Amino acid sequence: MLARTVENMYWLARYVERAENMARMISATTNVLLDLPGASAHRWAPMIAITGSEAEFERRGLDADERSVVQFLIADPGNPGSIVASLRAARENARTLREVIPAAVWEQLNHFYHEVNDEVAVGLPQRNRFNLLKRIVVNSQALTGAFDGTASRNDAWAFLLLGRNLERADMTSRILDVRSAELKRASAAEEDPYELIQWMSVLKSLSGYQMYRLARRTRVARADVLDFLLRDGQFPRSCAFCLREMTHVLGELPRADEVLNSLVAAAQFIAGADLAAVDQPALQRLLDELQLHIKAVHEGIAATYFPSAPSVAT
Amino acid sequence: MQIDWSKYSSASTFDELVGPECRARAGGDALMRHVSELGGEELRQRQQAAEVAIRAMGITFTVYHEQGGSIDRAWPLDILPRTIARREWERIDLGLRQRVRALNLFIDDVYHEQRIVRDGIFPGELIATSKNFRPMCRGIAPPHRVWAHICGSDLVRGSDGTVYVLEDNLRVPSGVSYMLENRAVIKRVFPELFQRAAILPVDDYASRLYDMLASMSPRQGERPEVVVLTPGIYNSAYFEHAYLAGQMGCELVEGRDLVVQDDDCVYMQTIRGWTRVDVIYRRIDDEFLDPEVFRKDSTLGVAGLMRAWSKGNVALANAPGAGVADDKLVYTYVPEMIRYYLGEDAILPNVPSWRCREPGELEHVLAHLGELVVKPVDGSGGYGMLMGPSATPQEREQFARSLRAAPRDFIAQPVVALSTVPTLVADGIEPRHVDLRPFILSGPSPYVTTGGLTRVALRRGSLVVNSSQGGGSKDTWIVDTEA
Repeated sequence: MLARTVENMYWLARYVERAENMARMISATTNVLLDLPGASAHRWAPMIAITGSEAEFERRGLDADERSVVQFLIADPGNPGSIVASLRAARENARTLREVIPAAVWEQLNHFYHEVNDEVAVGLPQRNRFNLLKRIVVNSQALTGAFDGTASRNDAWAFLLLGRNLERADMTSRILDVRSAELKRASAAEEDPYELIQWMSVLKSLSGYQMYRLARRTRVARADVLDFLLRDGQFPRSCAFCLREMTHVLGELPRADEVLNSLVAAAQFIAGADLAAVDQPALQRLLDELQLHIKAVHEGIAATYFPSAPSVAT
Repeated sequence: MQIDWSKYSSASTFDELVGPECRARAGGDALMRHVSELGGEELRQRQQAAEVAIRAMGITFTVYHEQGGSIDRAWPLDILPRTIARREWERIDLGLRQRVRALNLFIDDVYHEQRIVRDGIFPGELIATSKNFRPMCRGIAPPHRVWAHICGSDLVRGSDGTVYVLEDNLRVPSGVSYMLENRAVIKRVFPELFQRAAILPVDDYASRLYDMLASMSPRQGERPEVVVLTPGIYNSAYFEHAYLAGQMGCELVEGRDLVVQDDDCVYMQTIRGWTRVDVIYRRIDDEFLDPEVFRKDSTLGVAGLMRAWSKGNVALANAPGAGVADDKLVYTYVPEMIRYYLGEDAILPNVPSWRCREPGELEHVLAHLGELVVKPVDGSGGYGMLMGPSATPQEREQFARSLRAAPRDFIAQPVVALSTVPTLVADGIEPRHVDLRPFILSGPSPYVTTGGLTRVALRRGSLVVNSSQGGGSKDTWIVDTEA
């Protein structure tokens, strides 16, 4: 399959996954802030950091209050990380892929895009927001279902899985990075009920709370949450799980040796981390390093499979 | 609201559905009855359903806008179809095959012996002065000696009922995907009519197109690698490029995906490395195909492509240089070509045309500018024309100056009062003018689409059917009245 086609497929998957993750995260944050006493405006600032869009947000001269942040992350077409921008980018990529993606997938994505654009304005206020965000997650999952039920397991599919899993691993590491920075009194976590609900909220941001309880049968605690989200072998949004999925996919692709090496390095790094012992600064360093590993996997995929500069032959 | 056909009046033009005394023309019976039964309210609901389906299916076309860049717009489709009786269509089908055969023989002759010039039928200087003549194509023999593999000819019907050929698009004609998608939508809208009337299917175009392209492969015996070459997502016909590639199961490539290597073969960059390409259905104009030969600044094409093509290492559809016959002055000679190459009379007439380069005809055109349509010979999309009857005196004067300065560049025709088809409007049904673009494939055996793309001028009285200028479209039904 054409190098440019698989690149567009990879990005299509990343943009859709990004929109869905963003919807989950905003939903969980809105929810947890309702439970925190005197939740102040600054609690929304980390959301900007998670998406790496501080510079863009500052450029607008906005305050990091709920209204501005939610508007910026959901509905601002000029913020490349916003849900509407991600969906727009996903649809533009899909437009270049119409010959390879099943009609059912195209129609669902098209519907998804139109529905969000039609409803985003009324969906921003708190009382409508859950519904809007839920529609986004449901639409994204309908898209995943349409792909799953109708797309052949060919090269395009392989790059769909690579994009989806890379974006998931990336998002999980970012959420941990930013939210744990907020929870500075890590050692006292067990004593603090608000600390507890914040870790629950981290899990919920990744739709992982229920599966965490099922797998760990233990109260929510920092080291366990970290272990679950970084290393669990069964939860589809844990970093280790996503990396393993990518390893399976790449095992079937030609010329994959270098990317596979970077995946092995990332997996070993996660497996070797001593999560119970790390204090907050060490955790930050660990997550920063993990993000570098994920970045290296992305760069390896791009260098191996995506189009090189135009007019350069082998 | 009831639909009362006795109030439907198409004045002096020929209506495709409603004949004299409000009786349906051949093939239109079931439709006319069904429309009256449904009534205006129900029709409007079905029109809305069609529009929802078009949006959901993402059937779009792209319009360039000076301020807004390019805009993706929903494809405009009027749900009331245009009907043609099968018996009449068969004659048109024969006429189109005849015409395209002669055109291909002409193009091949132009790039070889030019017998038609030697024999005094066609003036040689028209070739040299044609903007689409490509000297580097001389002596080349493309597969099957066919140059215009895909042709879209525009047909119009005058007020006396005669079907004329208005022009032949031999470069990169577009619209066939909309013909196919219109049918898909209308089948959702009027399923009961498809059960009741014998409407011939249109679905096999993509597989015919693929078979034709595959037959051109230079590596016979192996599974050919056929690709569709698009200028990219901002091209007005991008939807169609992606649609056809998808329907044929081919890669949709851009110039930057392809490279001509030292062996003068074309390769595309895949995740498994460089793969050889055998046939390119190119949707890029000649001028942009190869920066080594044509426009140096083209980033859409592939350097060395003409080299690969002239050595026979890759097949191109349509062949470079085929546009030499896509010149409205050349068009005026098609009936002579048919007589010369095939020894037959043209089945489908041209619209009567004046050749402004011939002094006597120029004088006639200048004297009758107020009644004529004057067209640039290399124009398309309805741009750069003078519509005599509606032009201001200043516009006419300006055009007269252009005509005297460059008579080779223009032809003139009488205004054809395009036939009409009942069309849904705000308060009922009114006649609107239409044309028809069938598509003709020329490979080892020729193929003509069943019907074609009907374009409709949605404004009352307007004759402009181009979608970029407020035109819409209709499904086209070839109805078997004897089934």
